[in-house]
Amino acid sequence: MNTAAPATQNGVSVSVRGLWKRFADQPALQGVDLEVNRGEIFVIMGPSGSGKSVLLRHLIGLEQPDAGQILIDGQSIQSPGVMDRVRMAMVFQSGALLNSLSVGENVGLYLAEHHLKTPAEIARVVAEKLELVGLKGLEERSPAELSGGMKKRVAIARALVIEPQLILYDEPTSELDPLSAVTVAEEIMKLKRRIQVTSLVVTHDRDLAFGVADRIAMIRDGKILFVGTPEAVQHHSDPLIQKFITAEFNQTNPRNDL
Amino acid sequence: MFQNIGEMLVLLWRTLQALPQTWRQRRKVSEQLFEIGNASLLMACILSLFIGGVIALQTGPVLVQRGISSFLGGIIGLSMCKELGPVMMAVLIAGRIGSAMTAEIGSMQVYQEIDALRTMNINPIRYLVLPRLVAISLALPTLVVFSVLVGWIGGALVCVYNRQIGISFEAYFSNLQNVVEFKDVFNGLIKSLVFAVIIGVVCCHQGLVTLGGPRGIGRSVTKAVVNSIVLILILDYLLTRVLLYWD
Repeated sequence: MNTAAPATQNGVSVSVRGLWKRFADQPALQGVDLEVNRGEIFVIMGPSGSGKSVLLRHLIGLEQPDAGQILIDGQSIQSPGVMDRVRMAMVFQSGALLNSLSVGENVGLYLAEHHLKTPAEIARVVAEKLELVGLKGLEERSPAELSGGMKKRVAIARALVIEPQLILYDEPTSELDPLSAVTVAEEIMKLKRRIQVTSLVVTHDRDLAFGVADRIAMIRDGKILFVGTPEAVQHHSDPLIQKFITAEFNQTNPRNDL
Repeated sequence: MFQNIGEMLVLLWRTLQALPQTWRQRRKVSEQLFEIGNASLLMACILSLFIGGVIALQTGPVLVQRGISSFLGGIIGLSMCKELGPVMMAVLIAGRIGSAMTAEIGSMQVYQEIDALRTMNINPIRYLVLPRLVAISLALPTLVVFSVLVGWIGGALVCVYNRQIGISFEAYFSNLQNVVEFKDVFNGLIKSLVFAVIIGVVCCHQGLVTLGGPRGIGRSVTKAVVNSIVLILILDYLLTRVLLYWD
């Protein structure tokens, strides 16, 4: 995964073919097929426990599939060197900032550990990326002092330092207030416009999905139910999809399923 | 159990392979050294003072009764440097530093910080395990040197000031000097280096395989400390056997 020098070309295509994964007796992914185009924001939506995050972890090499293939720009990620050539970053659900480091050290960690820049240059890049996500001047703070939304934006800044061709977001708006959620959604859109990065967003937040997605995949029980534009998803006739995207609180007629 | 031992050996091997990169991690090594030394030196000295004292108290009156109190310096000197210094310091460090290592790495594992490192192509062994293992391997033998010296002094104080024993400082230290050789101290340092590697590998491995939330971290810490101490005591016997041949 990406110690290569930043290249000018941005955005990679991603193909997932027949991906299977089983944890103990529980099937997590059951033959997932997906095609993500260069530079698009592709949202994977589905209820909790449907296999969204597991799929994301496979894409960045944190899990090995039982069967199936993941291709980036047509090359399998298991082929030697592919993960080193493609610059990928992941924004974790919790932010996953290193608590023993300051915000600035977290953001500059990739550059510092791979000795890609001098300390002065790293400080400049860190300040620039933090400013980009609206957190200028917070370098010295500890992650523990930040709110949930700020942590996620720091995590995005940390991902940006890699100058990624593919960013994976795991539930970027979960646990956030509506205003922070909108800010994070705007960041995702801004990045697409600015660096034409391919973005894969895993979420069960309908507002985020319909707000930012070029295309949406609906996943349930480890299987892809449907892939299409936000409009196509909204007008899809599958009752399971409709149930998920139209679920509303109704005190007089509480639902017992989803 | 065998799977764990296998995993720990793999972890040790990979850490040894990463050793040439230690210089790049020097800041983290020095932070860890400060952590270990600063947290443990005073405790190590207090513990050793009393260990030396208690050996004097247990053996002194018996030797005095038999008229061989002049051997006290040698007995305390040898037992401190060959056995009690290395073992007691290893147990102390397993409890103080090993537990902290497992808790820190375990919580990083549970809260996906280690996954985040992997996504940035930062090898967790090089980033987390290497500096800790190098630091503990330098710090534990150094602490043992302090421990042995303070233990000798503790023994001397009891030998001189206890009314049932009452031998002089000169008699105590001249016997110690006659009996204890450099190789005896070196023997203890080799043991402490092995114990340091055991603590580092067991505790870092247990941190890396931590599952679940805070309860999982607690379970891992307990397991790491208990396993380290059991392994230290078993290996102490085996090492003593091996080093006896060398003697």
